[in-house]
Amino acid sequence: MANIISDETIEYVGILAKLELSPEEREQAKKDMGSMLDYIDKLGELDTEGVEPMSHAFPVKNVFREDVVTNQDMREEILKNAPGEKDGMFVVPRTFE
Amino acid sequence: MSKQYETVIGLEVHVELATKTKIFCGCSTAFGGEPNTHTCPVCTGMPGSLPVLNKQVLEYAVAVGLATNCTITQYCKFDRKNYFYPDNPQNYQISQLYLPICRNGKVEIETEAGKKFVGIHEIHMEEDAGKLIHDEWDDCSLVDYNRSGVPLIEIVSEPDMRSAEEVIAYLEKLRMTIQYLGASDCKLQEGSMRADVNLSIREVGAKEFGTRTEMKNLNSFKAIARAIEGERERQIDLLELGEKVMQETRRWDDNKGESYAMRSKEDAQDYRYFPDPDLVPIVLDDAFLEEIRAKQPEFREEKMRRYKQEFDIPEYDIEIITGSKRMADLFEATVAIGSQPKKVSNWLMVETLRLLKENNMDPEDIRFSPENLAKLISLTDTKAINSSVAKEVFEVMFTENVDPEKYVEEKGLKTVNDEGALRKTVEEVIANNPQSVDDYRNGKEKAIGFLVGQTMKAMKGKADPGMVNQILKELL
Repeated sequence: MANIISDETIEYVGILAKLELSPEEREQAKKDMGSMLDYIDKLGELDTEGVEPMSHAFPVKNVFREDVVTNQDMREEILKNAPGEKDGMFVVPRTFE
Repeated sequence: MSKQYETVIGLEVHVELATKTKIFCGCSTAFGGEPNTHTCPVCTGMPGSLPVLNKQVLEYAVAVGLATNCTITQYCKFDRKNYFYPDNPQNYQISQLYLPICRNGKVEIETEAGKKFVGIHEIHMEEDAGKLIHDEWDDCSLVDYNRSGVPLIEIVSEPDMRSAEEVIAYLEKLRMTIQYLGASDCKLQEGSMRADVNLSIREVGAKEFGTRTEMKNLNSFKAIARAIEGERERQIDLLELGEKVMQETRRWDDNKGESYAMRSKEDAQDYRYFPDPDLVPIVLDDAFLEEIRAKQPEFREEKMRRYKQEFDIPEYDIEIITGSKRMADLFEATVAIGSQPKKVSNWLMVETLRLLKENNMDPEDIRFSPENLAKLISLTDTKAINSSVAKEVFEVMFTENVDPEKYVEEKGLKTVNDEGALRKTVEEVIANNPQSVDDYRNGKEKAIGFLVGQTMKAMKGKADPGMVNQILKELL
């Protein structure tokens, strides 16, 4: 494996992804990420000079909707997906900046 | 202070667009709904939901870009900005990083120091977040996603401003331009326009910029001016003490007149942007841009110039009237019906502004129609009603948009032009007020005012004061 992922990198990626990894999972993640980067490096060997970066696989463009209200109140349905509910709102762990 | 410092300011302005629906779903953007009643799987980030761009958002964004001399990005895309925060249900905000819709614009501002251009780095489209409420009792937070997915444009200026005056002038300019386009009402107090101030200082003549801070929570022009002064002084004090300015986000407390550093999120700001695969690219042809360009209104500066040429009204009136698109439209429509511009301007400048202020309303909230204002003016022109009755009628018209002709008819407010009846009333007043009559005859000219007042009262206000005056003088 050409790409060696350091402990610091895996720690940082873990923080960004809000994941707590056990020591074993951490080692596995380092290996997985290393091989992913190897694969990207392999792709990088291709000559892409003059090729436009692609973000979508299908040649579709300009899909719009008109500015018309089509949704009615569906709070009850929506709140079924909430981790908890109070006063018609989603309950989440205490969060503030 | 021995050294001379220069303040360098750039602004990030978020504007909530005046669409009926959210940027990527058919939920209403109306204010005041019960929590989460304007939500759906798209704006609450449910797996498998598919966002589709509201065409009106694109049109507004392009219109603002054209009005601010931007280059429109004719191949444009949306990106995901990744961060975890409960007001953002998808764990990413759909925004634009790589190909924002507008770039390289500029607007001209004018302050006492003169005219100058402020560059616009870019304008991008994005979605607003939900609202977090902290529940002290249960030690948890509650989220309302009604605002989640409300369309915003973010206008990022170049660091071209050097004082609070320039910042205010720039914001006023943006606000007027966007209001005239009808793209937003741009109310700072209500949050439909939000400005974050990026500020640094450097010694006069220095080439490099200093370290900047970003100031948030600025809800009025006054707060912005105070925050700029406060932050400038704070940074100068640090440098004078030999300390460094930290690059950080600060929150302004306008009551205390000071700012504090916001708890920086423990992890670095690493948003890992990437193109949103759910939203297809936007390709704008020249015909589309021309269509939007053709719909651009006459903006404030042009309007002011035209008013100066076309209407004989004071410059101050022109400034106030064109300071609101609603007011300018009302003025022009009433004049178009045939009312004299000076009279229309007077009703707007005096009674309308007074009632707006008393009722804590904005010109945008004006409800009476130009037709009714024109009718009221014509009622006074023909002396069908006198000026104090006109004011009374105007107040009713202001709140209920009544037809003044009908109202005057129904309430019997027409001035009595029957000279015989008026003469009779005057005679009675003279008979009942011998003291005032004597005073007047003994040279106390002012006494006639009392007699006019008594006559008006007897006529229930429905007489022409000029005529009353004339008859009184004649009989005395």
